Amino acid sequence: MRRFAPMILAAFALFAGACEKKTQPAPSGEGKQGGQVAQPAAGGGAPAASNTIVLGEVGSLTGAQATFGVSTRNGIELALKEANAAGGVKGKKLEVRVYDDQGKPEEAAQAVTRLITQDKVVLILGEVASSNSLAMAEKAQAAGVPMITPSSTNPKVTEKGEYIFRVCFIDPFQGFVMAKFAREHLKADRVAILQDNKSAYSIGLTDVFTQKFTEMGGKVVTTQSYSQGDTNFRAQLTAIKKEKPQAVYVPGYYNDVGIIARQAREMGVTVPLMGGDGWDSDKLYELAGNALDGSYFSNHYSPSDPNPKVQKFISDYKAAYGAVPDALAALGYDAAKVAIAALERAKDLSGPAVREAIAQTKDFPGVAGTITLDQNRNAVKSAAILKIANGKTEFVTTIHP
Amino acid sequence: MSELLQHLINGISAGTIYALVALGYTMVYGVLKLINFAHGDVMMVGVYMGYATAFALGRQAQSSTWGVLLIFLVAMGGCALMGFLIERFAYRPLREKPRLTALITAIGISFTLSYGFQLDIGFLPGSAPRAFPQIIQPAQWFTLGDPEFPDVVVWNWQVISLVLAVGLMAGLQYLVYGTRFGRAMRAVSFDHRVAALMGIPTDRVISVTFMIGSALAAGAGLLYAIKDTSVSPLMGLYVGLKAFVAAVIGGIGNVPGAMVGGLLLGLVEEFVVGYAASTWRDAVAFGFLILVLLVRPGGLFGRVAAEKV
Amino acid sequence: MQTASAVSGSGTPSGVPASLRGILPVLVAVPVLLVLDWLLSNSPFANYLLSIMAVNIILAVSLNIVNGMTGQFSIGHAGFMAVGAYLAGVTSLALKDVALSFLPVAVSDQVFLVVALLVGGISAALAGFLVGLPSLRLRGDYLAIVTLGFGEIIRVAVTNTEAFGRALGLSGIPQTSSVAMVGFWVFLVVLVARRIAGSSHGRSLWAIREDEVAAEAMGVNTTGYKVRAFVVSSFFAGVAGGLFAHFVPIINPGSFTFVKSMEIVVMVVLGGLGSTTGAIVAAVFLTLLPEGLRSAFSAFGSESTLAQQVDQIRMPVYGLLLVVLMLSRPQGLFGTKELWEVVPRWIPRRRKGM
Repeated sequence: MRRFAPMILAAFALFAGACEKKTQPAPSGEGKQGGQVAQPAAGGGAPAASNTIVLGEVGSLTGAQATFGVSTRNGIELALKEANAAGGVKGKKLEVRVYDDQGKPEEAAQAVTRLITQDKVVLILGEVASSNSLAMAEKAQAAGVPMITPSSTNPKVTEKGEYIFRVCFIDPFQGFVMAKFAREHLKADRVAILQDNKSAYSIGLTDVFTQKFTEMGGKVVTTQSYSQGDTNFRAQLTAIKKEKPQAVYVPGYYNDVGIIARQAREMGVTVPLMGGDGWDSDKLYELAGNALDGSYFSNHYSPSDPNPKVQKFISDYKAAYGAVPDALAALGYDAAKVAIAALERAKDLSGPAVREAIAQTKDFPGVAGTITLDQNRNAVKSAAILKIANGKTEFVTTIHP
Repeated sequence: MSELLQHLINGISAGTIYALVALGYTMVYGVLKLINFAHGDVMMVGVYMGYATAFALGRQAQSSTWGVLLIFLVAMGGCALMGFLIERFAYRPLREKPRLTALITAIGISFTLSYGFQLDIGFLPGSAPRAFPQIIQPAQWFTLGDPEFPDVVVWNWQVISLVLAVGLMAGLQYLVYGTRFGRAMRAVSFDHRVAALMGIPTDRVISVTFMIGSALAAGAGLLYAIKDTSVSPLMGLYVGLKAFVAAVIGGIGNVPGAMVGGLLLGLVEEFVVGYAASTWRDAVAFGFLILVLLVRPGGLFGRVAAEKV
Repeated sequence: MQTASAVSGSGTPSGVPASLRGILPVLVAVPVLLVLDWLLSNSPFANYLLSIMAVNIILAVSLNIVNGMTGQFSIGHAGFMAVGAYLAGVTSLALKDVALSFLPVAVSDQVFLVVALLVGGISAALAGFLVGLPSLRLRGDYLAIVTLGFGEIIRVAVTNTEAFGRALGLSGIPQTSSVAMVGFWVFLVVLVARRIAGSSHGRSLWAIREDEVAAEAMGVNTTGYKVRAFVVSSFFAGVAGGLFAHFVPIINPGSFTFVKSMEIVVMVVLGGLGSTTGAIVAAVFLTLLPEGLRSAFSAFGSESTLAQQVDQIRMPVYGLLLVVLMLSRPQGLFGTKELWEVVPRWIPRRRKGM
């Protein structure tokens, strides 16, 4: 052992001396993967001439976020059914291959690798959760297969590379929307925040809201946290009540928000609650009873929008799945529609051609707003603010970017 | 000041539930030296039984006195039966095997129940939480400050839970130390082979212990669901774990210890959220547990007994 | 029980090849792994699947040292994996732009990967020591609850730390892991597990497993042995996490939950408490099962809700499997025997029976 010590020290010295900055930004995969990374165009090549076009979808169909994955899948299915009924794309039928990732990033990466290498899909749709989309984006980008995420709102997702797109707005925008609404419509000066510390989405909205609201001259009096799945929020609510806020921002998912609303009223927090698109579900009103009356949330679309396109989507969806579509279903539908239109426009089905076609999407009329993709491959669209009254949502206003 | 009082009330109200569930762990551990991992999940199943009964009764009947009694009776009776069956078919065959086998079985049952109830197949409820009906009409029994927007509120169900918990604990203490059955329980706990030789029907004593523990869990679970207005398949896992921690802190096998441990844990969690950092709440229970094991391995009220051979 | 045969297995002429001792296996393994790596270089899916499988094998074999050989019960292995994954990930991120000048970039990356893995492994071992010491002094049941709690503490710590990416997860870790690297660690953990099983240290562990009080009476320092076994096991869990972080594009707390711990426990129990090869077989089987089902279902048609239901049913089935296994065959499929002790005897017996 004693002989080893100097040897280890020497080795360390050698290491330290030899460390240097890598000269050029290293390609993300050395050696064996290099071939693929260097020329993404080669990957995801055009499938053999057959009369179907295979799309891939990865979603969390089981696990804690299963309801989101299932809604998205239904929306995508509906869009594909319509497209196939109208004769398909380029004379070919569309088919989607759906894999479950149980809400885990490693499973998402595995499923997307399988879609790319085994099923040779031309385009990938999905995931709701941003962590899982990030895992998928890395693989899709490396293989040069275009990917559209319907509802991952974290800005980092599309930063992965030029093959990654999204059809929804991003967290910074949604946080800004609510801050603006609270400041201008509710005339609130003091707002408390109750965030879900287990969800990146909630943390993202909290950060942006805090920053924007403070810039607009308001004050965030306290930020409390809970963990998804908690059922006792009385401690946090007591702490919030002490600060006497004029509104409480709760950017969480409906499962928790419903219970939070009830306990807030019970604890004597009577001010309006505000939230984001995570609130959008019929289950929210079942859990909250009438505790949410007079509260507001931002969403991608409003089911009460009189636009005939939206109403047709809602009635078709109801007929097929027996439920009012939530925002995730609408976004899944839009993502699939954007993909189908792009496939129609693309000169062939190779990765770069499809990518090019998606990037040109402009003023595309989706059910959840008009979609124009900017140079960062994010959709530029407006958000709807909805008010809750008697277990229903009422459209209040639209806030534009 | 008023919010300190409110935190205190919240903490006690959460703590009583932990304490009630912890009683079940403590009883079973006392008799069998087995951590009944499935205890929390039995509680969860009991709450769903109560939920189903409330629905069958309808909106009117479920909040009448008889309705509430019936809901509690169905849930507690159902759970007692379940406890009996689990003990009879899963634990009893393994009683003479290494203790690890029984522990693995318990974890297996816990897993089956908590994930089985997340399925969407047949009568199973699915993973989303459901709103639990308000079977006890909430009423404010004590307020401080402006009566319209009070600073401090005590609700009727908070008082009911506390009274119930203390009553049950006193009853258990009497059962264990004041009755013939309790003497039999203690004998089985001391050495079940010798107890059997002395003519004590060990199997029956163990079965009854399981049934009482499971019924207690169902009652605690219903109070919990009334308090937090919801029921979900994973509630058993979370509440069960916290309650187990409470039992260990108080000294597992010790009835008043479970009560004190539960209240302590409820208060500590409440005050960590209120005055320190709400993000660390979930770590506190286990941090506290490791601390107690380091300093007083037997828990606050327990003794470390040398293992008998 | 069969303990004696398992322990002496490595010495019997028909059992373990004596070559497990010494450097020879390393010399054989490294070129084999490099050739395998080269063969698979064009198939990212096979690469990914093999890597996942290898990580599961490392986890199962290392957990087996505690749960199988020592008879303790840890159900927080994913927590140690998380410690390794995050610390190795952070180390690699910090060293991302650095290279060793006297080596080609690819080789220097591998050197840094090993450094990161060691950082991850050693931190996990340290965590194992901190968790193991208070709980292993007491009876086996406490370890279960404390390791479970430890997993929760890790999750809370990660979601509160900006450097670990909070709830979103840590991405951008250089993806330098390869089949050869994970294969090498699989090889190493198996070697260590077998060498422990056959050593005098291992005999003490078996003794603790069979009867802790008797072992203590015979002069075995039970706490010391238990803690050491636990630390070794945690080290490898940390390394497995580190490897995981270097081929999965993003790591977040959702990958290291109680469910992950339970999967590893099921692998160990299914394979046989105390059987290293049993753990390997179970890990391979349970990793390939979902993919196999996926293939089967996509052959039936892509829009199968049945596939979804099967995926859902997996968790309760794991639970039932544990119960049924404990009631009918508490020693697991292989018991403490290794593959080569089971197979040769099975085949002739089966033939006779049928």
